[in-house]
Amino acid sequence: MRYTDEYRKKELILAIAEELKKISKKTITLMEVCGGHTMAIHRFGLHSLLPPTIRLLSGPGCPVCVSSQHFLDTAIAYSKIPGAIITTYGDLVRVPGSVSSLEKEKANGEDIRIIYSVLEALEIAKNNPGSAVFFLGIGFETTAPATAAAIVEAKTENINNFFVLSAHKVMPPVMKALVDEGVKIDGFIAPGHVSAITGTAIYNDLALEYGLGVVVSGFEPVDMMQAILMLALQLESGTPKVEIQYKRIVNPEGNKIAQGLLTQVFEQKDDRWRGLGIICNSGLKIRKDFAAFDAEKQYPITVPEPSDPKGCICGSILRGLKTPNDCGLFATTCTPSDPVGACMVSGEGTCATFYKYRS
Amino acid sequence: MKPKEEKILLSHGNGGLMMHDLIDNLFIKHFGNKILEEQTDSAILPIESREVAFTTDSFVIDPLFFPGGNIGKLAVCGTVNDLAVSGAEPRYLSVSFIIEEGFPMHDLEAIVKSLAEEARNAQVTIVTGDTKVVNKGKCDKLFINTSGIGIVRKADNLVGKAQNIEPGDVIIINGTIGDHGMAVMNARESFNFKSAIISDCASLNHLIRDVLDQTQGVKFMRDPTRGGVATVLNELAGKINLGIEISETALPVSTGVKAMCEILGFEPLHIANEGKVLIVADQDAGGQILEIMKKNKLGLQSAIIGRVTGDHPRKVVLKTETGGRRIIDSLTGDPLPRIC
Repeated sequence: MRYTDEYRKKELILAIAEELKKISKKTITLMEVCGGHTMAIHRFGLHSLLPPTIRLLSGPGCPVCVSSQHFLDTAIAYSKIPGAIITTYGDLVRVPGSVSSLEKEKANGEDIRIIYSVLEALEIAKNNPGSAVFFLGIGFETTAPATAAAIVEAKTENINNFFVLSAHKVMPPVMKALVDEGVKIDGFIAPGHVSAITGTAIYNDLALEYGLGVVVSGFEPVDMMQAILMLALQLESGTPKVEIQYKRIVNPEGNKIAQGLLTQVFEQKDDRWRGLGIICNSGLKIRKDFAAFDAEKQYPITVPEPSDPKGCICGSILRGLKTPNDCGLFATTCTPSDPVGACMVSGEGTCATFYKYRS
Repeated sequence: MKPKEEKILLSHGNGGLMMHDLIDNLFIKHFGNKILEEQTDSAILPIESREVAFTTDSFVIDPLFFPGGNIGKLAVCGTVNDLAVSGAEPRYLSVSFIIEEGFPMHDLEAIVKSLAEEARNAQVTIVTGDTKVVNKGKCDKLFINTSGIGIVRKADNLVGKAQNIEPGDVIIINGTIGDHGMAVMNARESFNFKSAIISDCASLNHLIRDVLDQTQGVKFMRDPTRGGVATVLNELAGKINLGIEISETALPVSTGVKAMCEILGFEPLHIANEGKVLIVADQDAGGQILEIMKKNKLGLQSAIIGRVTGDHPRKVVLKTETGGRRIIDSLTGDPLPRIC
């Protein structure tokens, strides 16, 4: 298949692995921030190709995993409003809230619909003028512009029954928070799709102030191996900087139209992250101009403060401090068919990835 | 003659004149055969075998029509294949319809025609049936149940049971995987993928008969429908207490299915098939079986995709295209698309 086969060539991967072995002298720790990267590393068995000097940590970049229990409890509360239709991306439906999940509420008769694009939610709102249609907005700078576009369209078309519950998040603050907390990281493999939107300037602080390497990477095995090689070269020569490996998609300026939509509709807020607590300026809330589409403004609901499930170490896993193998629940009481923590629920979660690709 | 009404009414299921209009002018017209035409409460079937295989399946697919087939064709293939992989020669089918009030008659006729055509193609006779009509909203358009009876020869009565499987045995499939599941999903959701992914929905009894008649060494057969190839192989590995190793490069997957799976984050091994059979056979017989399968138009892309091994008992391991190895689990829950 074009555009994937070229980037999965065994000979190319092995050649990069060989080069890495040659140049890698210092012991370094790299964090792959994105869940998609964690998937690729395990799916293609890249760990086994790295020299012992290079250690990879999985970061907090799976949007489903970092969505707080509080967010799910709120979504479930919305589903119980008479006439409400909840629209959501598929992998959120099995995530456990405090006592239930959207999947269970669907079986109880609540109207919960899986969609593939936020524009479908808008269509559903148009076709069901008598219902309040809620869209569960999760994801980083990658998915947030689509949500923003839908909100702008709803305003243009005067759709008055479309509401977004925003748990959208931005990437850089959590990366800085992890380093500030003392997690030992020398460089980041940064998510390519985020930078396709934002460009690369968002990481300049990490390189200039924190002295960390950042390479924006694609998601195929050749991409990831090359990104690791680029980081290793930076760190060996003591010149950490922001570089782009994923040049076929990312340019330094990013997508100006998407950036415009983001600032038009959203502003930054302090936000909750599952397992990490509240991180300053790490979330996106809907601006006042678009309050008519803000679920929290139009249907204010308070749900009780949830507590983390007993024995679950998702928080430490999302910080890169522990791996799923350190968890007493992993692959025993916590499995993809009966998940305890969020890292097991999403296909991109670190625990689910470790489970799926264990050997 | 055609049924008089353009839509199904509750009266079509009430046992009266309208129902007889439907039976005579739709069902008997298309399914017609001596046994069915008797219209007795039970079909009396001549059987020349001491052992019969008996199976049943219900079909509730959305959408009813999809590229490569419809619920009628599927209702025949599904039951015929369940009989065939048990080593039986499918002979007789029952067909029951549960129809939602208001269902368009021309759609029902198209489905019935296609069902009849597939039954002729598979050489099975529809000998009994039933029709119920339920109030609007009480079922989703149309459900079909088919049950089937097949005759079993002594030599073949073990192929569904996975006995005598040992390390070194080969695993064969008759073509590309995941086509049915992706074709139906593409038709159901509004992805607008331009690639024409076509369901593999087909009756496999002739292909399977050729293999069983002309070779020895088949130890197990199963049609990997919902849950896909991965789920069948995991069940098998558990049952025989041995490991199974499959090779990603040997696995036939069409470009369309591969691309759609990449975009949605699915694993082709977890996607449903409706015209595929997995065969486990003695390694010495593998080549000959493959040759016979490739002569059938439903087996042109047949391939040996893996082996049974004494390593990693009860686990299915995939050798990846990049040289890694990973465990393939059964499907958990419905396949759900990932956010990014």
